[in-house]
Amino acid sequence: MEMTGEFRIPAPRQRVWEALNDPEMLRQAIPGCQTIEKTSDTEFTAKVVAKVGPVKATFGGKVTLSDLDPPKAYTISGEGSGGVAGFAKGSAKVHLDEDGEATVLRYEVQAHVGGKLAQIGSRLIDATSRKMAEEFFTHFAGVVAPEAAGSPAPAAAAGEAARGEETQVARAAIDPAAAGDQLAAGAAAAFGRLSPAVWVTGLTAVVALMLYYFTRTGGIR
Amino acid sequence: MTTVGTPVRRREDFRFLTGQGTYTDDIGRPRQLHAYILRSPHAHARITAIDTAAASGAPGVAAVYTGKDMAADGVGGLPCGWQVHSKDGSPMAEPAHPPLAVDRVRHVGDPVAVVIAETLEQAREAADLLNIDYAEEPAVVDPAEALKPGAPQVFAEAPGNLCYDWSLGDQAAVDAAIAKAARVIRLDLVNNRLIPNAMEPRAAIGEYDRATGDYTLYTTSQNPHVIRLLMGAFVLHIPEAKLRVVAPDVGGGFGSKIYHYAEEAIVTWAAGKLRRPVKWTAERSESFMSDAHGRDHVTHVELALDAQAKFLALKVSTVANMGAYLSTFAPAIPTYLYGTLLAGTYTTPAIYVETKAVFTHTVPVDAYRGAGRPEATFLLERIVDVAADELGIDPAELRRRNFIPADAYPYQTPVALQYDSGDYGATLELALKAADYAGFETRRRDAMEQGKLRGIGIATYIEACGIAPSAVVGSLGARAGLYESAAVRVHPSGSVSILTGSHSHGQGHETTFSQLVADRLGIPIESIEIVHGDTAKIPYGMGTYGSRSLAVGGSAIVKAMDKIVEKGRKIAAHLLEAAEADVEFKDGNFTVAGTDRAKSLAEVALTAYVPHNYPEDLEPGLDETSFYDPKNFTYPSGAHIAEIEIDPETGHATVVNFTASDDFGRIVNPMIVAGQVHGGVAQGIGQALLEGCVYDKETGQLLTGSYNDYTMPRAADLPNFALSINVTLCTHNPLGVKGCGEAGAIGAPAAVTNAVVDALKPLGVRHFDMPATPERLWRVIEQHRQPLAAD
Repeated sequence: MEMTGEFRIPAPRQRVWEALNDPEMLRQAIPGCQTIEKTSDTEFTAKVVAKVGPVKATFGGKVTLSDLDPPKAYTISGEGSGGVAGFAKGSAKVHLDEDGEATVLRYEVQAHVGGKLAQIGSRLIDATSRKMAEEFFTHFAGVVAPEAAGSPAPAAAAGEAARGEETQVARAAIDPAAAGDQLAAGAAAAFGRLSPAVWVTGLTAVVALMLYYFTRTGGIR
Repeated sequence: MTTVGTPVRRREDFRFLTGQGTYTDDIGRPRQLHAYILRSPHAHARITAIDTAAASGAPGVAAVYTGKDMAADGVGGLPCGWQVHSKDGSPMAEPAHPPLAVDRVRHVGDPVAVVIAETLEQAREAADLLNIDYAEEPAVVDPAEALKPGAPQVFAEAPGNLCYDWSLGDQAAVDAAIAKAARVIRLDLVNNRLIPNAMEPRAAIGEYDRATGDYTLYTTSQNPHVIRLLMGAFVLHIPEAKLRVVAPDVGGGFGSKIYHYAEEAIVTWAAGKLRRPVKWTAERSESFMSDAHGRDHVTHVELALDAQAKFLALKVSTVANMGAYLSTFAPAIPTYLYGTLLAGTYTTPAIYVETKAVFTHTVPVDAYRGAGRPEATFLLERIVDVAADELGIDPAELRRRNFIPADAYPYQTPVALQYDSGDYGATLELALKAADYAGFETRRRDAMEQGKLRGIGIATYIEACGIAPSAVVGSLGARAGLYESAAVRVHPSGSVSILTGSHSHGQGHETTFSQLVADRLGIPIESIEIVHGDTAKIPYGMGTYGSRSLAVGGSAIVKAMDKIVEKGRKIAAHLLEAAEADVEFKDGNFTVAGTDRAKSLAEVALTAYVPHNYPEDLEPGLDETSFYDPKNFTYPSGAHIAEIEIDPETGHATVVNFTASDDFGRIVNPMIVAGQVHGGVAQGIGQALLEGCVYDKETGQLLTGSYNDYTMPRAADLPNFALSINVTLCTHNPLGVKGCGEAGAIGAPAAVTNAVVDALKPLGVRHFDMPATPERLWRVIEQHRQPLAAD
């Protein structure tokens, strides 16, 4: 799967950059993320648990940052193993451009899944990834620019169940950003066109949602 | 009393239709554990580490085993039952195939570890805790790509991924004929890869009895004795006398349950280690990536014709995908079950075929749905149709000109086989009439007016069934004899048990075999029991595949019944105080010729078991066993005609008519034969229009791994079939039967594809590789619309 896209985050570039390198921020943005630890300046490990119905899968992931050009660009590569469900891996080239008070994030993602995930769901990956990406960016924006995310954002409806809780966490953990209402509206509109970006999420989120989808429909048996 | 030739209702259907069959998964043994097999998510990777600690300590877990554990315990690799030699005389590459992968995985689904726990849920949850580190390596899935320099290598011991480079026929004669031919027609084609999808997924239960040292394996197999031999002798080193293999009711296989699979060895071995029964049942998605697949050929074919359109020579070059390991009979399929069939129904005097078998990072490929013969039929019938089109001759007429004439039998082909009987011309005429071939152009025009593309396609086929004369296949590399066994046990009160080495997994043996016995012994069908599928009960037998059960297994029953009648005649002569030569056996009675003095089979049987008044030198009992080794293959043949209609707007092809005229020799039960043909044709249409296994060319991931992406034919995809029968008897088995199980799957793909190409002919399409799915058809139609519009 290959995807490219961009979106606008109502926060300064430096803040976005820091968030992209901050395990705690990422942990809050990734649906179902249990732990994420920085093991070196350029490496993280992450663990995501997905349990729906009779199937529970623990995805252990390794994330590496490369081609670092702070605060403008990096390449983030990840690989997550989901045990019996297979694996997901990929990389995203991420560029951050300043746009006034906001930041435009552009990304090129290459990813693939393997094992049972590919076997059952290869046809659904694109749509699922898109949906999961929306959820991630909603969370991410909530972490980076909590006030913006707190505004009504009709286009970012995905992942409603998790959002409320995580946004609260985000507010507790992060200083309120200086983003105004106008920026928030812009962000809300942008979220509607989003796709997976930072691939830490892509991996785990795609995997988790697909697991959910297949266990719900009984397809994984 | 004659039941042979009549549509006796299937005796087994009551239990099947009321859900009372006993399949392997229905069996539960006391103290049974459950196995979950963790499979590779990678097409090709080194296993750098396996950490089993967390899984071993999980709730309910009895054991976690890896390939190294099995190897350390002396467990052998899964053996291959057929050795093919290359052109240069060297034996095929035959790399090891451990039941659980050691150090390296070679296809998605390759078993890596097994977790055994009190419940299946516990086993599956614990499997999630297994930590396996893989170092991924490049993979190759396409057979032609695998032969190219620089392709990822599957085995170091098979350089260039070549398993063997085999040939058959007279290359010089073929090249000479092509050089002087009036026309040479050339075609490149692909025979698509199929995934079996038996209704019942595979399952296995291993059991070990500490008190006796006996092992028992319950398994979804078409041939329990073959599994006992292979697993006992080569993999687990268990003496056959201490190993029982039971294949109870089996829900379909069509070849895919012939082979000895890793899971059978894993559960049997683990049962011995743990001293508790161990059960494994495939999840449907596991079946997709662990049942042996079928076909996957890439072929170039050349047909030389003279000025009168008589075939002069056929030259075939095929690359056949073996997958990542050699499945039990895999090497034989694209060679001796394929190259030998390339004469088809035609008098082609010179034939040369070469097959390169290659390893790839895919599920192993073996016999399925006709195996070898559908591939041969497909390429022959496609090139004949292309020739007819390019020469401007009607496809039926071109076939007529080249048929082996009805008076030419026995007919020796240039590719080793000797056909015993047949009448291809008459069978074709029967089909042409039933299909109203003459009226087709009117129907094509009518369809055209409705905006539809309509096509008609003919395929004739020949099969080699009744597998097989042991000495012949032995000389060709088979590591087994292919005879069949039967025991006829007449009980003291006159009822009869037939113990057969054949195995029924949908074919209706309990009915067909009973009909043979009822007619020969003159007893009602209700008094006959057919026993199969348990090595502890039946004589050593080779099982069911290759449409062999009636021709070989049925013949063994006939031979054993002959012995019963001979012995019964001696007993009756004694009781009737007559000369043995004067005693006749008919309708269940031994009668002194020309008198009304008679003893029934039941009276004779009772005497045999209560031998108070009995011939002096005769053993008591009435229980006889026969082994029948066929003298030749049988050669069912037929002509199938498909008529299809394509909606050019959607690319959707509908089979509107399907006509099958077949020659199966003598018919024992026409209803069962019709059912077998229906099933085969349905699967043949499936291959032609719907089914195709797809691997990602770069990652080797299986993309068609569920019913979201792999389409099996359903009732709504099929028309009513018009069936007819043209009988020529097999000349060398006592029943005159030829076999019918695979015919539909052999004839239909070529007939449907010929119809598809015929429908596309107005667009200028010369060939179309299966499957003709709506998407693929629509693309081709769009590409060719320009010329259509210009008209």
